[in-house]
Amino acid sequence: MLAYLLRRLGVAVLVALTVSLITFSMIYLSGDPAVALAGESATEEDIESIRRYYGYDRPILVQYLDWLGRALTGDFGQSHYLKAPVAEVIFERLPTTMLLGACALTFALVLSIPLGVLAAIRPNSLIDRLALTIAVIGQAMPSFWFALTMVLWFGITWRLLPITGSDSWANFVMPSIALGYYVTPAVMRLTRAGMLDVLATDYIRTARAKGLRPHTVLFKHALRNAIIPVVSLAAVQFGFMLGGSIVIETIFAINGLGYLAWESIQRADLPMMQAIVLVLSVFYILLTFLADMLNAWLDPRLRTA
Amino acid sequence: MAVTDPVTGAAEAVLAPSPAARMRGRAFGHAGFVLGAVILIGIFAMALLAPMVAPHDPFDQVLDRKLIPPVWFDSAKATWEHPLGTDQLGRDYLSRLLYGARISLLIGFAAMLISMVIGTAIGVAGGYFGGRVDMVCNFIITTRLSLPVVLVAIAVVSLVGSSLSVVIWVLGLLIWDRFAVVMRAATMQLRGRDFVTAAEAIGCSRARIILSEIMPNVMNSLIVVATVEMAHAILLEAALSFLGLGVQPPEPSWGLMISEAKGLMFFDGWLIAIPGAALFLLVLSINLLGDGLRDVTAPENRS
Repeated sequence: MLAYLLRRLGVAVLVALTVSLITFSMIYLSGDPAVALAGESATEEDIESIRRYYGYDRPILVQYLDWLGRALTGDFGQSHYLKAPVAEVIFERLPTTMLLGACALTFALVLSIPLGVLAAIRPNSLIDRLALTIAVIGQAMPSFWFALTMVLWFGITWRLLPITGSDSWANFVMPSIALGYYVTPAVMRLTRAGMLDVLATDYIRTARAKGLRPHTVLFKHALRNAIIPVVSLAAVQFGFMLGGSIVIETIFAINGLGYLAWESIQRADLPMMQAIVLVLSVFYILLTFLADMLNAWLDPRLRTA
Repeated sequence: MAVTDPVTGAAEAVLAPSPAARMRGRAFGHAGFVLGAVILIGIFAMALLAPMVAPHDPFDQVLDRKLIPPVWFDSAKATWEHPLGTDQLGRDYLSRLLYGARISLLIGFAAMLISMVIGTAIGVAGGYFGGRVDMVCNFIITTRLSLPVVLVAIAVVSLVGSSLSVVIWVLGLLIWDRFAVVMRAATMQLRGRDFVTAAEAIGCSRARIILSEIMPNVMNSLIVVATVEMAHAILLEAALSFLGLGVQPPEPSWGLMISEAKGLMFFDGWLIAIPGAALFLLVLSINLLGDGLRDVTAPENRS
């Protein structure tokens, strides 16, 4: 287990370093970041002083190592627009996005795992077909359109829920559904497939043959094994949701990281953009690492793979 | 095929249908596949024939004909001249919708092709060569997966500047991960099979083994992933355009149409309902086609 953990940790660190390199080089896509910052009416001297002030005149490798070194200590520099430390702004906004992601994931799991289990118990039944229909529709619906439609019905027509802001729990209902719905098909399919596989195994037949109650067999014997792959999928999807919440946050004006990213892109706030991409990527790497560890702990067969 | 000769007719009756014929039979019996194919062909035909079937110029603004509702609305303004109404600038909505299908299909298909080339190269190389090569390929896939797609896409588009080709390239360079993962797994399964070993034993070059032994056998999975990724690319383009960082006005992208109508949706909900439904139908049809293809080409995996 320790060897597996160390090997997996090494890969995670290497991936994080590569991601940091990609994130860093992103600002050079537009050509000269100093020109982009200075704006259209800037003179040659303005650009030169900005270049020197932000250190864009140094060799790129020095800039990268300096940026990385500071990032490791939690210093992402100053926001060009907000004139505040980037790290401070990000960690102020991060909890909102985490909360939204957690609510969305909860919604997705609560909807999809029971449906997946029910579908697997009775394959090709009405419930199975219903679950499949939900999956097919969920995968085809653009999340922003689904969000706007909900706003129209629940917010405007029936006036049940607030349509913008992030102050009370009611503000999180629609965004969580909009963000989580997209994930449900994948979780549901995986739960169903896992349950079908497990239910066909010998030990389930044995458990049934020795007269255990059906729901003991189902939950204690079958679901516990079928759920293992769902754990890592849920972790991966949680990471995707944090990255994808940008669309949902802009629609509902939720003051999270996604909204901040969108604002920063509008304002050409390069250090902020870099830091958000890096923070979300590193968070994803951490999540998948933890999911792998959890999986290895739950299922010893994986450790040798 | 019409059989006229009684002798060949009898011979064909004795022979079992070929695997291809059986596959065709399954395809036409598969409700999802047929439905998906019919909708997709319909949308494709409309996109192709847009200049001929569109009643108006999609860019033509007629300011005294703003916000005419679709014909099924009980309104004095509704007219068959604009079956789906007009938008906030007086442009015919049906014509914009038809031209928008071109953008969605073009971006979806082109981005899918780019990602297919990248993903297949990485996946097949990792799966076939194994060892260190596989470690590197796996590392590249893991790195790509840890970058948030939407965020990186809008950041890059905003830095490089937005145009149709930029959107296609950015999406194509970002969404190859599923191709790589699936191709890697499929190739790994084939690597130890006898026909690959035989080809190696008679001294075929690696390029030849990959192209003529591996590729034909992973084609089914490749096509299924291609449908998934095309649908994915279409949804991403719509989201990018919705955020204002994809296709730029006045182009009639469906995502952009929803974005432009966002401020008016409380009064004229159909403005976002129509392009949204179009997106939904297109993505649904591609997904149904893909699911159908998976069932039809690999019936043993059906559960």
